[in-house]
Order: sequence, then C-alpha cells, then structure tokens
Amino acid sequence: MIYGGGVDVGSTQTKAVILAEGRQIVGRALINTGANVSMAAERAFRQAVADAKIEPESVAYVVGTGYGRYKVNFGNAQITEISCHARGANLLFPKTRTVIDMGGQDAKGIRIGEQGDVKDFVMNDKCAAGTGRFLSNAAETVGLSLDKIGPVSLEAKKAVRLSTVCAVFVESDIMSYLAEGKTVPDILGGVHSAIAARTVALVRRVGIEPEISFTGGVSRNIGMVKALEEKLGHPVNVCDDSHFIGAIGAAVFALERAMGGEVSATSTKTGSVGASAPPQPSART
Amino acid sequence: MTQPAAKSDYQGRIHNLQKDMIGRYYSRLTAAAENKSEKAIYMLVSGNPVELIEAFDMIPVYPEVNALQLAVKKQSLPLILAAEEMGYSTDNCAYVKADVGMYFAGRKTPFATIPEPDLILCNYVGCNVYLQWFEHLREYSNAPIYNLDVPFFRSNSGEPFADDVQYVVKQLEEVIEVLERMSGKKLDYKKLQRIVALSGETGALWSEIKKLAQNRPSPFDAYFDSVMMMAPLYCLRGTEDGLWFFQEAYKEMKKRADSQEGPLPEEKFRVVMEGPPPWPYLRQFRDMFSRWGAVAVASTYSTVGGIWEFGFRHDPNRPLESIARHMLQWNLTNTNFLERYRQIKEYVSAWKADALVIHSVKSCRLFSAGQGDMREYFTKELNIPTLLIESDIEDPRYFSEAQLRNRVDAFFESLEHQRMMVHK
Repeated sequence: MIYGGGVDVGSTQTKAVILAEGRQIVGRALINTGANVSMAAERAFRQAVADAKIEPESVAYVVGTGYGRYKVNFGNAQITEISCHARGANLLFPKTRTVIDMGGQDAKGIRIGEQGDVKDFVMNDKCAAGTGRFLSNAAETVGLSLDKIGPVSLEAKKAVRLSTVCAVFVESDIMSYLAEGKTVPDILGGVHSAIAARTVALVRRVGIEPEISFTGGVSRNIGMVKALEEKLGHPVNVCDDSHFIGAIGAAVFALERAMGGEVSATSTKTGSVGASAPPQPSART
Repeated sequence: MTQPAAKSDYQGRIHNLQKDMIGRYYSRLTAAAENKSEKAIYMLVSGNPVELIEAFDMIPVYPEVNALQLAVKKQSLPLILAAEEMGYSTDNCAYVKADVGMYFAGRKTPFATIPEPDLILCNYVGCNVYLQWFEHLREYSNAPIYNLDVPFFRSNSGEPFADDVQYVVKQLEEVIEVLERMSGKKLDYKKLQRIVALSGETGALWSEIKKLAQNRPSPFDAYFDSVMMMAPLYCLRGTEDGLWFFQEAYKEMKKRADSQEGPLPEEKFRVVMEGPPPWPYLRQFRDMFSRWGAVAVASTYSTVGGIWEFGFRHDPNRPLESIARHMLQWNLTNTNFLERYRQIKEYVSAWKADALVIHSVKSCRLFSAGQGDMREYFTKELNIPTLLIESDIEDPRYFSEAQLRNRVDAFFESLEHQRMMVHK
C-alpha cells in the first residue's frame, strides 16, 4: 500500500492528512501551530500517521503547504495552499469550480478547473477583515468561545449593520452596540453578514461559478456558512473535512508523486473520502 | 511542480560601468553641494527635458532617483519617520517623505551630498502630490520654482493636439529664458541641437536593447536589469558619456542574445512587469521570480522617463517640439490607462510573454488606482494570466515577504500546472 502525506502549517493551526492509494483519507491531525513551526509540523504528521495506524516510514511522499511550508523539514516538496486547496476541494467535491477559503489570516477566492487546477485566485491584502482573526476578536469582545459565535449568530432577529470590517476597530464597534442595548445574537448576526459581504465581493473578482466549496478553519462556523450562502444566493459545499482541505490537497499531490503521476484526478468519487472519523467534532454538526 | 532554486547572478560589464558612471554623477552632485561648482536643477523623471539643462552645462537632480537610492541602501525608513513627525501623512507618497526627511537631515546620503536647488523645475504635473512636493521644496529652500504645465495626453488620434505641443514649446522657451538669466549667457542653439541629437541616438539604442528581449531566452531581465540602465538614461542622456554607456550596453546585450545567454540558467516563464519595484527589498523581490525561472521580457516602469521602443526619437531639427512631444506623449505617466493597456498588450504579443505581473504601490494611488480593473481586463478579456501584488516603492513597512512569496509561488504553480496539462 502506498501512502501520501500532506501537512498544512497555517498561521493558527497545523493540519496533517494521510491518504491511501485509493485516495481515502486514513489519518488526520489538528494541532495549534504555536511558536515552533517545525515541531508543530512534525507533531501533526506523527499524530496523523498514528491515526492511520501505520508507521511514518510507510508514507512514501510528504508535501508541506501553508505559510510554514518551508519548515516542514521532513517533507519532499512544498506547494502553496492555494494550489492545495484547489486540489483538496476537487477531491472532496469534484464539481467544485470556486473555492472560498477563510483561514486565520487569509481570505481567498480560487477559480478552479475540472482537474482541480488553479485558473485564477485573489486574496485579501494586508488586512484581517474577512478572516478568522476578525471573528476571534469579535468572539472575545462578546465573551463567547469561537465555536459558539456561529450558532448564536443564527438567533439574530435584527442583525446590526456593522460600520467597520476592521479586525481592530470591530471591538470598539461591538462595545458601542452593547452599550446601546443590542443583543449579542443581533451583533454577531451583523458581524457574520459584514464579513460574508466582504468575502463575496473579494471572490467575485475571480468570477463565481458553481459549485462553490467553502474551506479553511472558518468553514466550521455554521453562521458563516449561512451568511455566505445568503450573500451568494447559492449553496456552498462544506463537510467535516473542509477544515483539512489544504492538507488533503497536499496529500493528493504527495500521492500522485509517490505513484509517479499515475493517479487520475477524474477517477475520484466523493464517497471515497471520510473513511475514518475526524479527530475534532465539527462546528456544523 | 518542480522545486525552484535558481537565482540571477548576471553581473555584466554593464553593471560595473553603470556603477562607475553614476558614481561620477554623484561626485558631481557632491561637488555642486560643497563648492557650488555647478548649478543644480531639480526635476522629475516623467518625461524629463534634461536636454535644456545640459545645454546650459547645469546638472540635473532627480529627487525620485535619490529617494529610490536611499531605499535600495536601506536608509529610507528613519527619513520617512522624520517626515511623518513633521506631519506628513502615513498615506503620503513615501518618495516625498524620504526626500523631505533627507533634506532636513542635511542632504547627506551614503552616495552623495545632494546640492540645494538653484532652480526647481516641476516638469510633471500629472501627479498633484509631486507638484506639492516641489512646492514644499521651494518653501524649504527658497529657490525659484517653474511649473511646466504639461497637459495630459488625451487625444484619440495617436498624436498630441497641435495646440498642446505649442503650449509646451512656449513654456520651454520661458524655461530657456530663466536658464539664460541664471547662467548669464544666451542659449547656444547649435549646442542644444547636438544634445538633442545625442538623446535621439541614445533613445534609438535603448529601443534596440529592449527589442533584444524579444529573443528566447531574453539576454537580460527587462525589469530588474532595465532599472539599472534607467539612471544613466535620466542623469546622462544628451551627453557623449550617456551615449557611450548605451553603445556598450547594446554590444553586451547583443552578444548575449547571439550566444543565447539569459540572466537565469533557464528561462521558464516570460513575464511583463507593470509598476515600479519595491526598492527596499529589490533582491528578495527578484529572487521570488528567479526561483521560478521567470524573466521579465518587458516592463512599463522602464518607460516612466520615456518610451522609445515604439519609434519616438528626439529630433535635432525640431529640438523644442520633440522635447515637448516626449513630455506630452512618450512617457508612461502622462498617458491614460487605455494607452497603458495598449502598451502592455503590445509587450505581451511582440515580446511573446506568458503572463503579466502587476506590482501595485501602496503609497501611490495615482499610479496604482485602476490596476484592479487592469488585472480584470487582462485576465478575463484577453485571457492572459495576471498576478496583482502590492507593497511599496520606498516604505519597507509595506513589504510582507511571506504574503508576497505565497502569491508569487501560487501564480507560477498554476502556470506550471496549466503547461503540464497542455503537454499531456
């Protein structure tokens, strides 16, 4: 059996995935990146290998991705998460033509082809608006944990209209709404709606074509899934593994290389993924 | 996706020659600062009328060139901060701030002492900030100022309006009167004609050099190596020395083209670059492209001071009129965005480029506004892969290496992938 490994070292979290020959996901790991990036990469990889119940040596090829990709010292190659998200989305949802990725520091729109190839992409510019960081600042200000704000936002009766999408100024904005007596669900409804609007405007620059897959850590936030769908007027693909999609894409590249480019992207079926349960419960469920 | 590694180590004779010649130019500036050996005329790069200055044996000073040199030598940030302390906004053009900071730090730089201006000749008014920059310098130095009002190039015929040409010629005659008063001597018209003829020949050579980049591989990087040739074009154009530099440059590039030598071990991608480079991180920025085997075959930035590759030449038979046409039409920034589109399209087709890379400047909205539409136009209408990235020409605080590298890597990964699929 040939295995390929993908390690996605993000600004906030590090994800690792092991793919078996048939492109089934057999192992996953998710840890906080912390200060020691190389160690985080190695730990995540070892956890994923343990989850797959195989030896690290049986993984024939490892691809590193994410901002810390050059710190995946044991990896055989580094590929940007833009290419990896495209390839990962293609594996999970083969009809994907647009990927919306919201991570800790980045928001991206990627237009992809039938083979999971990147046609065009756009990213937020030096601004945390529309990223996980914005949401975690908002969560902190209203005193809720990050996994709670999505469900709470769905209880909004009359979402506030947020005047800023600045990750720094949002805190004072929220404080003033709280002082005015606005409810937390209404404030969070406004937060999610503002970020969704900004992200959709960003992604429109590459042209939005269905199917749309939502990836990255923020895809675990049901409030953001709903807010995006409302702004897009279209459903988005999201599943328990959407958070891992960068690592999955990296593992697909790894597997292809391990098998000498023999793996055909079109042979994939959605049903072949998710063979084992992810280590973290998803906020969606 | 192969793991890239290559770096450009192309350091030809021409790079050393440039260092020597610009070193001598800066020594002249220092001498002018210390013993008033020559009269210093401050000018802007865009469509500069340096021929008039040469005709009176005065020395041109380009605050933009000084500012970018400061950035290359990693000296810009303290000067920018000093200007911000004075009240210049964080959003203000960082060239202006670095120059103002340098002015109040005694005009001393690691490469020269910059002389006080004897005349501030604002030859480009397309940028309101630049106009005010020169007005501020007037305020600080008390030197006389002349604002050359050059109308924006706005005709559809491909030729500037005759009235516009006359309007600029009239003003150039006024500038000549100013220079005559300053120097105490009349303009030697024959000398001006000789200088304009030298500029014409220099432009012709520069144009031929640029066309050599149509070869595969391109013998030099038409962005990173071209910027090295830009200082001689502005500071020495219209002189025998300047002409000689471009003769030597042509010889070197021609030889490289004939022997199929490029700036990288392998030319994998041919790109057109739009926008000025991030001077504080020039090397890092270049390496981001080199490691993918990406070579610029043409660049818009190398036409800020003048566009010669489409046939414009200074004409000794009509010296003032040809200087006026250079200022009105044949430089990048006095033309509109549709002209810039046309210029880039021509580069992509005639120089056989695979992609367009736009480097947007955070502190210059004048140059950068519209680049989002430009990306859209080239990607969607013309189907030319286009990358838009942003940092700054002068302010190191806007350079986020990880972010830039991520975008550049992803862009070339996708180009490489598309190429692989075509070959399958």
